[in-house]
Amino acid sequence: MKQFSYVRVTSPDAAIAAVSKDKSATFLAGGTNLVDLMKSGVTGPERLVDINRLPLTKIEETKTGLRIGALVKNTTVAEHPLIIKHFPLLSLALKAGASPQLRNMATVGGNMMQRTRCHYFYDTAMPCNKRAPGSGCGAIGGFNRMHAIFGASDKCIAVHPSDMCVALTALDAVVTVKGPKGERKIPFGDFHRLPGDTPEVDNTLQRGELITAVDIPFNEVAGYAHYLKVRDRASYAFALVSVGAALSLKDNNIADVRLAMGGVAHKPWRLKEAEAFLKGKKATIENFQEAARIVMAPAKSQGSNEFKLTLAPNTIVEALKLAAANGNI
Amino acid sequence: MGTDKKSEPLNRVDGRAKVTGKAKYFAEFEVPGLTYCVMVTSTITRGTIATINTKNAERAPGVLAVYTHLNMPAVPGWADQPNSNAKLPSGGEKYRMLGSNKILFNGQPIALVVANTLERAQYAASLVTTTYNKTEHQTDLLKNTQKAAMPGRFGDYTRGEQKEAYKTAPVTIAADYTIPVEVHNPMELAGILAIWEGEDQLKVYAKTQGVKATQRTLAGAFKIPEKNVQVYSEFVGGGFGMGLRTWPQEVAVVAAARQLKKPVKLVMTRQQMFSLVGHRPYTIQHISMGADKDGQLQGIYHEATAETASYDDFTEGTVAMTRFMYACPNVTTKYRIVPLDRGVPIWMRGPGEATGAFALESAIDEMAYKVNMDPLDFRVKNFAETDPEKNKPFSSNNLKEAYQLGSEKIGWNKRNREPRSMKDGEWLVGYGMSTGVFGAHRGESACRAQLNADGTLILQSATSDIGPGTSTAMVQIAHEVTGLPINKIRFELGDAALPPSGSQGGSATVSSVGSAVFDTCTALKALLSEAGLAFEDGTVKPVVGKTATMQQVLATQNKTFFEVTKSSKGGAEQDKYSMYSFSIHFAEVRVHPHTGVVRVKRVVTVADSGRIVSPKTAASQMIGGVTGGIGMALTEEAIIDHRFGRFVNNNLGDYHVPVSADVPHIETIFIDKPDPYSNPMGSKGMGEIALIGFSAAVANAVYHATGKRIRELPITPDKILSA
Ligand SMILES: Cc1cc2nc3c(=O)[nH]c(=O)nc-3n(C[C@H](O)[C@H](O)[C@H](O)COP(=O)(O)OP(=O)(O)OC[C@H]3O[C@@H](n4cnc5c(N)ncnc54)[C@H](O)[C@@H]3O)c2cc1C
Ligand code: SF4
Repeated sequence: MKQFSYVRVTSPDAAIAAVSKDKSATFLAGGTNLVDLMKSGVTGPERLVDINRLPLTKIEETKTGLRIGALVKNTTVAEHPLIIKHFPLLSLALKAGASPQLRNMATVGGNMMQRTRCHYFYDTAMPCNKRAPGSGCGAIGGFNRMHAIFGASDKCIAVHPSDMCVALTALDAVVTVKGPKGERKIPFGDFHRLPGDTPEVDNTLQRGELITAVDIPFNEVAGYAHYLKVRDRASYAFALVSVGAALSLKDNNIADVRLAMGGVAHKPWRLKEAEAFLKGKKATIENFQEAARIVMAPAKSQGSNEFKLTLAPNTIVEALKLAAANGNI
Repeated sequence: MGTDKKSEPLNRVDGRAKVTGKAKYFAEFEVPGLTYCVMVTSTITRGTIATINTKNAERAPGVLAVYTHLNMPAVPGWADQPNSNAKLPSGGEKYRMLGSNKILFNGQPIALVVANTLERAQYAASLVTTTYNKTEHQTDLLKNTQKAAMPGRFGDYTRGEQKEAYKTAPVTIAADYTIPVEVHNPMELAGILAIWEGEDQLKVYAKTQGVKATQRTLAGAFKIPEKNVQVYSEFVGGGFGMGLRTWPQEVAVVAAARQLKKPVKLVMTRQQMFSLVGHRPYTIQHISMGADKDGQLQGIYHEATAETASYDDFTEGTVAMTRFMYACPNVTTKYRIVPLDRGVPIWMRGPGEATGAFALESAIDEMAYKVNMDPLDFRVKNFAETDPEKNKPFSSNNLKEAYQLGSEKIGWNKRNREPRSMKDGEWLVGYGMSTGVFGAHRGESACRAQLNADGTLILQSATSDIGPGTSTAMVQIAHEVTGLPINKIRFELGDAALPPSGSQGGSATVSSVGSAVFDTCTALKALLSEAGLAFEDGTVKPVVGKTATMQQVLATQNKTFFEVTKSSKGGAEQDKYSMYSFSIHFAEVRVHPHTGVVRVKRVVTVADSGRIVSPKTAASQMIGGVTGGIGMALTEEAIIDHRFGRFVNNNLGDYHVPVSADVPHIETIFIDKPDPYSNPMGSKGMGEIALIGFSAAVANAVYHATGKRIRELPITPDKILSA
């Protein structure tokens, strides 16, 4: 590991100042992703700005929803009574991720910023456009069982690994960020980006900008929610495909619906067309299947992830079925 | 012992030390002036190092030395050995770490950096730069089967008709089975701590399954007498076979320590452990089988082809089980190895047999369904009363009873045998079974007993405990022979200076070392008797007609303890009988038809391994073995990108060992009947049989649940969906 200096800040402005004026500085939250990346030589910041003491650790009720501070731990979010009451999907998604030990350390901001788990990205002896722009994409033509079926480019086919973000995109969350030029709000769906020609850029956060909070507006879909994560072992594995589904059901009619997927694209994948199709329809298997068909139209396999073309629609249908059947769990 | 008397379940005698952190593992020893070694490894798979620049690393803070092929201190014992394997099927040049600029596999160490802190060594290692001349490499077994060669061990075998008899049988099956590379991945990382206490006096703390073997290897490598090499390895955080060798990088660290005249410690990274401490080899197998319409086997043909390194032959008993498991008149087995540009494999729990049993026990299931028989009835029908390979009686074989007990417990006969006929909600339900078998070996082993004046008994042997609970079993044996209370007996191991024993492998420790403990305690009894003393009521008392207490006897003999050392090994019975341990595994699974997820819901596993010496640790062995079997069946696979010859999932996040949520309640049943010939305790080994065959039970259960036959492990959701 490279040597680095460490500074602990106590105000967001100090944090922003520390990182925006020093190109080699970066924020340290729970450290569960950043430190691993430093150890494997993927990233080598010269200065860590520890933001754990910032007063961004509350979950508060606002007039229109809940506001979650960027430094709230994943465990705290998952177990918070207000979250479980209003946004059970978020709680379920978080609990499907990582392990309890990791969730105890991981923060909301860090979770959003976590980098892909693409094997080639992690191994500095392999080509990877995301880690070393221009070196090529090791995953294309290689082992890409975990990789994207939507929105990939010929530069990068990685997926965003977060479970939490799948729920947040489904729930129309809004991210508040603060930077040297002040504060701005980013709709969750615009936070992460597709790889295009610049896969090294994961998201739309600018240098020096700090995530301060995530707002989730109240909705009607808390009654029927399910997060279905298909993975290679029962726990502690990243999603092959995951689906977050939340419904508002009246006499088996879908009054409102939210659907998003993980493990399929460079960003959490919101399924808006499928939502539009389902809205106002009956909660039947046939309708779920049709929704899945709509989602899958642009899907493209990369080789070893061919099975996702079957798994993804099946998981959409299963998640909707379980959400509709389980009610609020 | 050797009787039907059941042993009491003991807690691990070292359990408390382990959970409180008092137990010290090799990497935890602190010695003055300790230095830290970090390895730089090759990023190409085959070729030569053109240039290697160590200047920046050497100048980095705290660095004591950077060794490459240009300045590696000589390992005198290596220089003596021939430099090529020309006579072996692998045929390549011998691998000598840092011995030349040749790269034989990806991840091969190309530099050792030694510094005064670990972090400094790591940083300096990142500053070493290398250029290579790459040549074409071959890492894919499937693309190199034309190089398959017959190794020196495990030659071809035929019983009955030479010509594949299965072909003319009324009912036939033929199928191919594949297992991927599996890596042992014990929790504890591999490495060594080397301290030279003089020009020819070496002391090491090691992670090894055999302190004597490590002592021999190091004495040979440095051409010093064995007694000059102290090897300590009291606690080992799991081995599963990877600790059965003293690896070249460990020898190299000892050489570095000698030249630096400083203690040096190497703890390998998890990534490095995928390439440098062996693995279960990728193996493809073909089985053809013929039976008559009533399900009587007529012929089996079993051929296995496995990878080895270009620089070393690795072989294992992959097809061994097929030769004797069933009463089948015509059997042919073949075993081939293919040299590849890869690190050499090594035995991994249930070595060979676990691979072979997956194929054989899957094929047996396929055949049972083809002749429309229950797979259990099919096995009973083809049960071998005597060993058809060696033409000898089994020393003991209670398989039929095991079939019975296991099937009752899981409710085998209550299931609907028809594939894809049972459901639990959306989930498909399936039951599968399989058999496991492994030789009941007994090696030579010695033990020293010291009975102190205070009535405590110390037993010593140079064996290891990689986790099964060796000390617990030994204390139990001593307790049963002497009647002394458990807390008065201590067993000492993990020190090469103790009376010699073999390595902990092949499920032979209880049989070998246990026999030595048994014989030594028996000899101690005789010694006491000569002195007018005897073990009685958990202590030592004068025999009837004598009055002198042990303390008085010792005082008159001018001693503070009684002592006896005995060596023990099997006799003629070892040749007269065919000795095996057996296991039967039953698994109940759930398979999701739409997501392809497989969950093992319930397991019943029955061990026929003679008398159970230590019931609690024996049950733990079975649970651990089945857990490894779940990994083999469902989750474990080390993947190589053959374009680069490099592993892509060499970490515990991406190489999936089963986690708690993957492991259901595992019901363990022991036949617990003494084997009359195996050893004085009547025990047989159980470490391997716990895992051997289990993957087939799962694959068979998946077939029963879904009607899909998955012949390639692990059975991940994608395989179910695309079958
Ligand atoms: C073995 C393993 C398994 C895992 N499994 C899963 C899984 O199944 N599902 C899943 O979703 N996740 C999983 N994770 C990932 C885990 O969720 C992330 O590591 C964690 O959420 C990161 O949060 P952190 O606070 O530790 O971030 P850090 O590691 O501290 O930071 C990560 C990045 O975010 C930046 N950052 C942090 N906070 C802010 C902020 N407020 N503003 C701007 N930038 C910020 C940092 O600079 C850094 O670049 C797993 C991780 C591991 C190690
Ligand atoms: S998929 Fe993206 S992250 Fe993976 S190797 Fe290609 S460029 Fe790198």
